[in-house]
Amino acid sequence: MKVQITLNGKLETAVIEPDTLLLDLLRQLGCYSVKRGCETSNCGLCTVWMDEKPVLSCSVLAARADGRQVTTLEGLQKEAEQFGQFMAAEGADQCGFCSPGLIMNVLAMERQADHMTDAEIREYLAGNLCRCTGYMAQMRAIEKYLNRDKEAPAE
Amino acid sequence: MFHVKEYIRAESLEQAYKLNQKRGNVLLGGMMWLKMGSNYKTGVIDLSGLGLDQIVEETDQFSIGCMCSLRALELHEGLNRVFDGVFRECTRHIVGTQFRNTATVGGSIFGRYGFSDILTCMMMLDTWVELYHGGMVPLEEFARMPYNRDILVRVVIKKDGRKAAYASQRQAKTDFPVIACAVAKKDGRWYVSVGARPSKARLEVLPVTEEDYQTQAVRAAELFTYGDNMRAGADYRKYLAGVYVRRLMEQLGREDV
Repeated sequence: MKVQITLNGKLETAVIEPDTLLLDLLRQLGCYSVKRGCETSNCGLCTVWMDEKPVLSCSVLAARADGRQVTTLEGLQKEAEQFGQFMAAEGADQCGFCSPGLIMNVLAMERQADHMTDAEIREYLAGNLCRCTGYMAQMRAIEKYLNRDKEAPAE
Repeated sequence: MFHVKEYIRAESLEQAYKLNQKRGNVLLGGMMWLKMGSNYKTGVIDLSGLGLDQIVEETDQFSIGCMCSLRALELHEGLNRVFDGVFRECTRHIVGTQFRNTATVGGSIFGRYGFSDILTCMMMLDTWVELYHGGMVPLEEFARMPYNRDILVRVVIKKDGRKAAYASQRQAKTDFPVIACAVAKKDGRWYVSVGARPSKARLEVLPVTEEDYQTQAVRAAELFTYGDNMRAGADYRKYLAGVYVRRLMEQLGREDV
């Protein structure tokens, strides 16, 4: 079957099998930031946005994405690079395998809520697992990134 | 991995119902649980084009479409205002935001899973399910019915003035609950629902008495059966149920003042 998705702002047409997962389609289309981690809908590595909402691409049929807007890390390069610098500064990049999914969810969280507490951030990101278990460094990076305007040194 | 020969985006409930009568076909909810199986399906029937992803607040009830996401339930201002935040409480521990953006109310309720926070929470309220063929059925009755090939179209929750509270315990964040408890209070009655026992939620209705909450909670917890699984034993679950039901009764008692 044929599907059309707007991937990172560009219309893409693909021929898929009825049971093709969105994750596999996105990788076929060159979005290698999308990772297969647990395949049990638990780890968050495959996070992409569908119509601006973060979803697990391992649990969405590609057919369901027909006519929808899909965003991956490749479509958010500027923001991802900025957040990536905060992660690197805190040693939160670690092995890097979970970073794309985490970044996608952090950027979605930033768009959806202001002034989140630590507990609220942890709750929002509970579905992003890190096999290096470096959550403290990630939390430091996220807090500094979210408060970057306040913490910017005065010129 | 499950395999599918055909993907069908339903154009009407009638079409979906007819297709769903074929044994090889299956209705697609959020697909979170379905994709974990290794079955071969002739066809998956997707209801996502039928506008059933909305929560509609009416004067006397909420109508929740079967394709409404758990995240929408969690964030819905009206539901949480009328029912004291229980929908946020019963959803926020379910895996992660991305999961809840995809998992559906219809999938959670139709599945009648033992671990379901949603089933446990909705059961303490005056909740009905609208089945395409079977019509309106009280949720408590639906939970006991055998699985069939009907379509759960909507969940309807009556605004009958119940005050509600919900709590669950997990061994680890994002895991299934070890116990899930929901208590509502109205007109001198406690509506107590306990799930993850590990069997599916059930409802017990008890009178509110002058006794202390501990006595009433233990009496309520005694009315349920409990079992063992890898997460906890029956005795531990029963003890936890007594503790959480007491806490929820206390919470509702305080809100009365």
